[in-house]
Amino acid sequence: MLNQINKISDRALPLMGDDIDTDRIIPARYLKAITFDGLGEGAFIDDRKALNGQHPFDLPQYQGAKVLIVNRNFGCGSSREHAPQALAKWGIRGIIGESFAEIFFGNCVAMGIPCVTAESAIVRQLQELVTADPQALLTIDVENLQVQIHDLTLPVFMGQGTKTAFVSGTWDACGQLVANAAQVTAVASQLPYIAWGFAN
Amino acid sequence: MSKGTLFDKVWEIHTVGTLPSGLTQLFIGLHLIHEVTSPQAFAMLKERGLKVLFPHRTVATVDHIVPTDNQVRPFVDNMAEEMIRALEKNCQENDITFYNIGSGNQGIVHVIAPELGLTQPGMTIACGDSHTSSHGAFGAIAFGIGTSQVRDVLASQTLALSKLKVRKIEVNGNLLPGVYAKDVILHIIRTLGVKGGVGYAYEYAGTTFAQMNMEERMTVCNMAIEGGARCGYVNPDEITYEYLKNKDFAPQGATWEEALEWWQSLRSDVDAEYDDVVVFNAEDIPPTVTWGITPGQGIGVDEKVPAAQDLPEKDRFVAEEAYRYMDLYPGQPIQGTKIDVCFIGSCTNGRISDLREAAKIAQGRQVAPGMKAFVVPGSERVKKQAEAEGLDQIFIQAGFEWREPGCSMCLAMNPDKLQGRQISASSSNRNFKGRQGSASGRTLLMSPAMVATAAIKGQVADVRELLTAM
Repeated sequence: MLNQINKISDRALPLMGDDIDTDRIIPARYLKAITFDGLGEGAFIDDRKALNGQHPFDLPQYQGAKVLIVNRNFGCGSSREHAPQALAKWGIRGIIGESFAEIFFGNCVAMGIPCVTAESAIVRQLQELVTADPQALLTIDVENLQVQIHDLTLPVFMGQGTKTAFVSGTWDACGQLVANAAQVTAVASQLPYIAWGFAN
Repeated sequence: MSKGTLFDKVWEIHTVGTLPSGLTQLFIGLHLIHEVTSPQAFAMLKERGLKVLFPHRTVATVDHIVPTDNQVRPFVDNMAEEMIRALEKNCQENDITFYNIGSGNQGIVHVIAPELGLTQPGMTIACGDSHTSSHGAFGAIAFGIGTSQVRDVLASQTLALSKLKVRKIEVNGNLLPGVYAKDVILHIIRTLGVKGGVGYAYEYAGTTFAQMNMEERMTVCNMAIEGGARCGYVNPDEITYEYLKNKDFAPQGATWEEALEWWQSLRSDVDAEYDDVVVFNAEDIPPTVTWGITPGQGIGVDEKVPAAQDLPEKDRFVAEEAYRYMDLYPGQPIQGTKIDVCFIGSCTNGRISDLREAAKIAQGRQVAPGMKAFVVPGSERVKKQAEAEGLDQIFIQAGFEWREPGCSMCLAMNPDKLQGRQISASSSNRNFKGRQGSASGRTLLMSPAMVATAAIKGQVADVRELLTAM
């Protein structure tokens, strides 16, 4: 199927830090628009300015890398899908992290960006390996829940349902959800408050 | 696995089925939309040739981008005008109720839905906004979603989700004077961490929550997400029903009696099983202030900025980052930190009871010289009520600005922003780097009464001093 996402192989980009929130990934001023166009340039813009070209997103060795390696609770805060949209427009196709905030994770699933988690030590090891060798090819193997770099194979994790959604190409759930409209209507008809309607 | 909780019951009756991936297809009883996260969803719908399946289960308002000073249309900011126009058009084309500015019902989406009685126990509620967790105060399962999921709800009135675990957070006892709902949630997040709730729904239980009014419960549920929990809820009780009775969209007459019975049946069973239980003592909770760049970096107003070595190892990295960004050093008392801007408002603390508490502090006092202090009611109804009670005059006489409803400086998608390195005392929910509109601006989160105290004193100060002086 067209939308199957089994593997992502590319160069990687390490981004150190815990609790990196979606305001930092894309500041609110970039949300003043009715499309997601042009978000790529805004990715981490304020962090990048503060670091004067030393932010990993600006370092020459990481340009074009498609795999992002992050630490704990990445994407916390605002539900803005603009955050993963900005990362996607920057070129990111998959993310490895110690943990992800839930809404961010869900947004990534809906967009077809697999986020896999790994133990803290493994994530740090990957960040160090990539820092030492930015040209290294890194593979996120979604199907087997492994990450490969150099001759190393390391375990990563993703919930079974989400993994199946990527591997079977059903991560964009919209079509399936809509196809079940009859069952949806049946469930709605069983809910007391739907029958009450909104008074007034 | 949890069993017999309100979360389990509501989840079960809203389950449409299991998708091939194994994820649950969950029916969404109430869908709230606003101008920031919906236009792209409507565009996606159009692209796919899909229609809104249940237009009457979606309700819209405009909040993030509205100016709180001059609301004359067209807005001065062209982009803001374009966004509100897109929402007007999308709602009109899809037969969705839209509470626009001047309707009398406009306001922050998480303030208006409860005050209209749209938010009810037992519902599943979704909105493209992380603070949707607020609605859990009514015993609803309410959570934030992204734009692709807004599309899914519009198209199918459902979402593809994994079921959450349930953690019971019990707080027992009476809160001490000067301690508010905001302090309770800041204390919980301080203790459990900003990611402690990932994968969980939080059930707030115990005598402290049982005594809280609905607006206080909303404040606590609102910030569940700041502790990592996508949703938080309180079991519905007499206080819930009393609040809902005769609200515009609440069930009426014979249906009201039926509703009461149903709502009561949804409460977590006495022998419900939880995935985790955490217990707090209300008397241990101080007036709390954040000193750092995450809502978990909170301390009692009497405490000092913690030293990294005194923190758990996992929290040190962010602490170091916070010292640098905030320009605060370990061991420094938070009390006495000079404040430039005071903001009272937001979906966390922009309701009438919040304004009443802040007004008690402001009454008969003056904002410190050079301080910019402003109050932004959460909705047109809150504003009207506050003005009927004369709260606006109390604030104005004390030197606060009195504004029109909107999200304002919580997230600075409108003209209300910090400038440069300004430091704010804010009744909002996030102290992230750059959150309030300046890339180097700083935010200290606290209760509305503590913000009012900071406004009077010109610095972080203990609300209890002003309370005892009253």
